[in-house]
Amino acid sequence: MNILDLLSIPILNISSSGWETITIAQRAADALSGNSIELTIFFLILCILITVSMLAGLGMVLIYAERKIAGHFQCRLGPMRVGWHGTLQAFADVLKLLLKEDLVPARADKLLHLGAPFLSILATVLGLAIIPMSPSIQVIDVNIGVVYVTAITGLGVLGALIAGWSSNNKWSLLGAMRAGAQLISYELSATLGILVIVLFAGSLQLSEIIQSQAEGWWIWRAHIVGIIAFFIFLIASTAELNRTPFDLPEGESELTGGFHTEYSGLRFAFFFLSEFVNMFVASALVVTLFFGGWMPFHIGNWEAFNSIMDLIPPAIWFAGKSAFFIFLLMWFRWTFPRMRIDQLMRLEWKILLPIGFANIFLASLVILTKFHF
Amino acid sequence: MTTEELFQVITELEPSAKQSEKTSDRPTVEVPPEALVALMQKLRDDPRLSFNMLLAHTAVDWLEERLFEMVYQLYSPQNQQYLAVLVYVPRNNPVVPTISSIWRIAEFQEREVYDLLGVLYDEHPDLRRLFLEDDWTGFPLRKSYQDDFILERPK
Amino acid sequence: MSVNITTLDERTRVTSEADSALDTEEYFVNMGPQHPATHGVLRMVLKLDGETIKEVIPVLGYIHRSIEKICEHSTYRQIVHLTDRMDYLSSIMNNWAVSLTVEKAANIELTERIEYIRTIVAELERIHSHQVAWGVMGMDLGAFTPFLYGFRDRELVTDILEETIGARLTMNYIQPGGVMFDIHPNFVKKVKEYIAYFRPKLDEYEDLMSGNPIIQQRLRDVGTMDGETALSYGATGPVLRASRVPYDLRKIEPYGVYGKADFNVAIGTAGDCWDRYYVRIEEMRQSIRIIEQLIDNIPEGKFMVKKPAVKIKVPEGRYYGHVETARGVLGVFIVSQGKDIPYRMYFRTPNFHNLWCTTAIAPGGRIGDLVAITASLDLVIPDIDR
Repeated sequence: MNILDLLSIPILNISSSGWETITIAQRAADALSGNSIELTIFFLILCILITVSMLAGLGMVLIYAERKIAGHFQCRLGPMRVGWHGTLQAFADVLKLLLKEDLVPARADKLLHLGAPFLSILATVLGLAIIPMSPSIQVIDVNIGVVYVTAITGLGVLGALIAGWSSNNKWSLLGAMRAGAQLISYELSATLGILVIVLFAGSLQLSEIIQSQAEGWWIWRAHIVGIIAFFIFLIASTAELNRTPFDLPEGESELTGGFHTEYSGLRFAFFFLSEFVNMFVASALVVTLFFGGWMPFHIGNWEAFNSIMDLIPPAIWFAGKSAFFIFLLMWFRWTFPRMRIDQLMRLEWKILLPIGFANIFLASLVILTKFHF
Repeated sequence: MTTEELFQVITELEPSAKQSEKTSDRPTVEVPPEALVALMQKLRDDPRLSFNMLLAHTAVDWLEERLFEMVYQLYSPQNQQYLAVLVYVPRNNPVVPTISSIWRIAEFQEREVYDLLGVLYDEHPDLRRLFLEDDWTGFPLRKSYQDDFILERPK
Repeated sequence: MSVNITTLDERTRVTSEADSALDTEEYFVNMGPQHPATHGVLRMVLKLDGETIKEVIPVLGYIHRSIEKICEHSTYRQIVHLTDRMDYLSSIMNNWAVSLTVEKAANIELTERIEYIRTIVAELERIHSHQVAWGVMGMDLGAFTPFLYGFRDRELVTDILEETIGARLTMNYIQPGGVMFDIHPNFVKKVKEYIAYFRPKLDEYEDLMSGNPIIQQRLRDVGTMDGETALSYGATGPVLRASRVPYDLRKIEPYGVYGKADFNVAIGTAGDCWDRYYVRIEEMRQSIRIIEQLIDNIPEGKFMVKKPAVKIKVPEGRYYGHVETARGVLGVFIVSQGKDIPYRMYFRTPNFHNLWCTTAIAPGGRIGDLVAITASLDLVIPDIDR
């Protein structure tokens, strides 16, 4: 079998029965069963390449986007000097971070201090691996995808906690404790939001959740329940991302940088990168769960409109939808002030969590009575 | 309330307080250090006066007279009346009672005066250098302060 | 007699040890001298229990320049140039305080034009100072955008002032016996344009910050200070007025031409951070009103009655004069021996007095509350240290 034959499997795969998902790991397995070691290795390398290039590429693009968007929100231009409209600014930033001195505080726990950023970035990479970006661009499709995602985001907390603890700085420690309290609390609500969609889709697998939205996106089909779940999930994932109005673990004006106060150079860049790519992962999850993932936008039986929408490749649908939510997160950041720690906890435990539980209950009623589109 | 009435009330409250002979653009009274706290308490609490604000407190180092002049600027929002209270203490043993129990801000103003002029405050709750380091020697705003970095005024 | 001199080390010794594994232990944290929320080199030693503040110990002196000592060697004209290094956001008003006191002491009669120019320029500066206070309040609460909105509008004020004065930050304009230069020919036109521009921008400020529920949560009932406490701590300016004490020198003993302008004194009701925040917004409105009433009526006349070459001598005595700067009352105390230099000069600076309110209102709150409180007190550190 020729490599080119495999590559030319049409990404645009329109059929009346829906979209067929073939993950890259699946292709590697197929190649292995077809006794083609070269192809297996090729696909495995492709798996790594996709995640790593996504990590680096998204980091660059999102940093540039954030700076530009922030600039325009604040009546200024943002980066303009490096490259056309500052497009090379992200590269300059990365270069600066690479060249910076890597400082470890004298009385820090060296091993943990060095390891924490890697733990943080590891969680991000593992999260990236299962994002279905189009029917054919997905590294691996775990059959308990949703559980996997919640477990992986839990791993990210460890990075922040260890970073704050090992820095031997009271501000860092305060940031780490805030991070621990905040991320673990908000994970509950995020999970409750996800569970509603799991109930509707009847599957934990991300590709199947997307397939179940061929008739219409869950934000529409699950109407009230879906919308509530969407807002809960959006708020909770903003909190898990440590972004304003929930950026307490960093809390620049309060904790001077929170858990990453004592980090510099590349290790600081890792925290930074993992925050930005996590933003993409969260947006991708919102899109996958509520907005049909890479599914095109269809309206009922407007055949002509729907077929025009189908012409846009799924990868672009996915990118566009994710970009919108990333923009939303940036919009939050450059508009909202930060909450206080006790207000943050009150919002989670007294408001979001009860609503989340009631919503799950309501969702099961809706499903039992088939009161959805 | 006119200035005469003000002085009248003050001498009535605290006989040891006298109208100052020093030239000043505000009504000024002089009081011995022993009577300072009693006078200040009455100035604030007496309903006719109610000097609620201690606007400023500082000291002047009179090197030739060998005196420290403690200046308290008071203001009464009720009467829109200003009053300056002067206390003289000897330069070689400058100890003044604290009035930080009457106005909270006095605690910090007194710390500043201690820091820069070396006036000691009796019963002060937290007498500590304010601007300078704890181990600084000398009091910079004294006229006799010597430092390698002081520049003479060009003639 | 008990004079007990302590040191900072003694004050920050951890006294209580945790008794059991479940007990919490108090600890000290240095907030500053390099901290994003202290806007300069203010250092506050915090005694914390978890996130709850038990005690605030401000430690000063990181930007002490001994201005008072320098004054003892300087003529009154030279002293004016030192004052705008204190509260750099109300530099002109600081100049005014010295000039006012010296003029009163030396009996210098001013022309109407000087008074008008001084008042208008001071009010312009009050606006730009409050714009910074507003923006910094947003930045301290974690919203960076207001900061740049505030600075966007502030730049235009400094543009106007730069044309006349020549400086953008430490402007020394007012001096004993007048102002340094006559106003620029464009001044009146530009000020009018600016006021027309800034009025709608104030509403934008309110849209961006005041109505935001998170801002409301962060500021309301935080750092509440009643009028009694505020007076006892010597607070002045917006901080005191937010605590319901309508003490505004512009109204009580009008200097300049404030007596001719019709304006209201903004006061708060509860004395919390929100009131301090909102009093400033309202003061910007009132400043606009004052400028609008005065800008068309600047009379002709001399802008300087004492030529710079004339030595100004203050007769012997003690003089205390003060003005209302953007942050409160700046008092100037001069002890003169009849020379052209003072024997002793003392500045009663508003920030030095406002700062200590933190020791009263911050304990019991969280670290985030302390940041809101320092932002609402609008501290300028060089003014504390002098």
